[in-house]
Amino acid sequence: MNNQPATRDTAKAVARFDITQRLVAKLHHEEAVIGGIGHTNFDLWAAGRRPQNFYMLGSMGLAIPIALGVAIAQPQRKVIALEGDGSLLMMLGCLATVGARQPKNLIMVIMDNGAYEITGGQTTASAQGTDLAAVARATGIANANWAADEAHFETLIDKALATPGPHLIAARLTSAKPAGQTERDPAQIRDRFMRGLGTKR
Amino acid sequence: MTEATWHGIIHATLKAHDVKLVTYVPDNVLRPLIERIHADDFFTAFTCTREEEAVGIVSGAWMGGMRGVVLMQTSGFATLPNVLASLPVPFQIPVLLIVSERGTLGEFNIGQAMVARTMRPVLDSIAMEHHTLSRLDEVEFIVDRSIRQAVATQQPACLILSPLLTGGKVFK
Repeated sequence: MNNQPATRDTAKAVARFDITQRLVAKLHHEEAVIGGIGHTNFDLWAAGRRPQNFYMLGSMGLAIPIALGVAIAQPQRKVIALEGDGSLLMMLGCLATVGARQPKNLIMVIMDNGAYEITGGQTTASAQGTDLAAVARATGIANANWAADEAHFETLIDKALATPGPHLIAARLTSAKPAGQTERDPAQIRDRFMRGLGTKR
Repeated sequence: MTEATWHGIIHATLKAHDVKLVTYVPDNVLRPLIERIHADDFFTAFTCTREEEAVGIVSGAWMGGMRGVVLMQTSGFATLPNVLASLPVPFQIPVLLIVSERGTLGEFNIGQAMVARTMRPVLDSIAMEHHTLSRLDEVEFIVDRSIRQAVATQQPACLILSPLLTGGKVFK
């Protein structure tokens, strides 16, 4: 790795399940995690159930807004949104809202495989030139970086957990299949999550 | 003392129920309510780029222990069916929507008139509780009871502000 910041073009393609496991292994303070739809939340599920995980079913593009809401309600807790590139492209405006509000406890992890993988691998705009970390920087999210490889991903997560945000970490992915599939029981997912956040007994 | 205007009553009733977070896409008819809310430190209020985003934020905040409301106009509601049917309704999250009704009683934009007709059929088809506020003397009762019911039953609700209440927006 040279001294230049990684870009989407220079970032090593990493496996989604592997980096999701690396992320979850670093969560020791009941951090909330919102898993965006599709393979993003399938791998979050497969990385081990936590009461502080919320698994979306539908509402494509809302992982970051839901995480922002949790972050506003619980400013002492770190809140992490895991979102795919296709989903974020559907709701790019949410980055502008985060840029305007600058929530200190919000971390966004973008899983960019350049494809709508769950529907057959059709190409997204991020595979054709849209740099989602650069879009985030343009909205005022100064800490928005590409992970150069797995070790750098861990370094960026450590920094995001230890310093005020908002932080955005983009990872370029291989086309590996997800390691599991989320159980689709929305009322139970919401109930467990609220108990995990201490808002329901 | 609560000012006896629709926006004064809604402001006071939201506050009485500890509804602190207000996300919205602006609307001219809602302006007096939006201005009141911004002038009151009790609330955290900000604009969103889309109504879907605003619903996502209030949904997350509810799960984190903070009550919220989303403000929009009729055409904004029309962007919401997928999000309502996949987030607050199935996950049982009591998101409150307040919609300024355009498209009727003097509408001048045919697009607004047409999209307005989709609103109540969408609400009915996803079995979402909704009420239309048209009389000042009913505002407090409807807002108060709708918040109570939404929270108690863990279901979203939609309150529609008729031009009969607000005066609406007219072509000059």
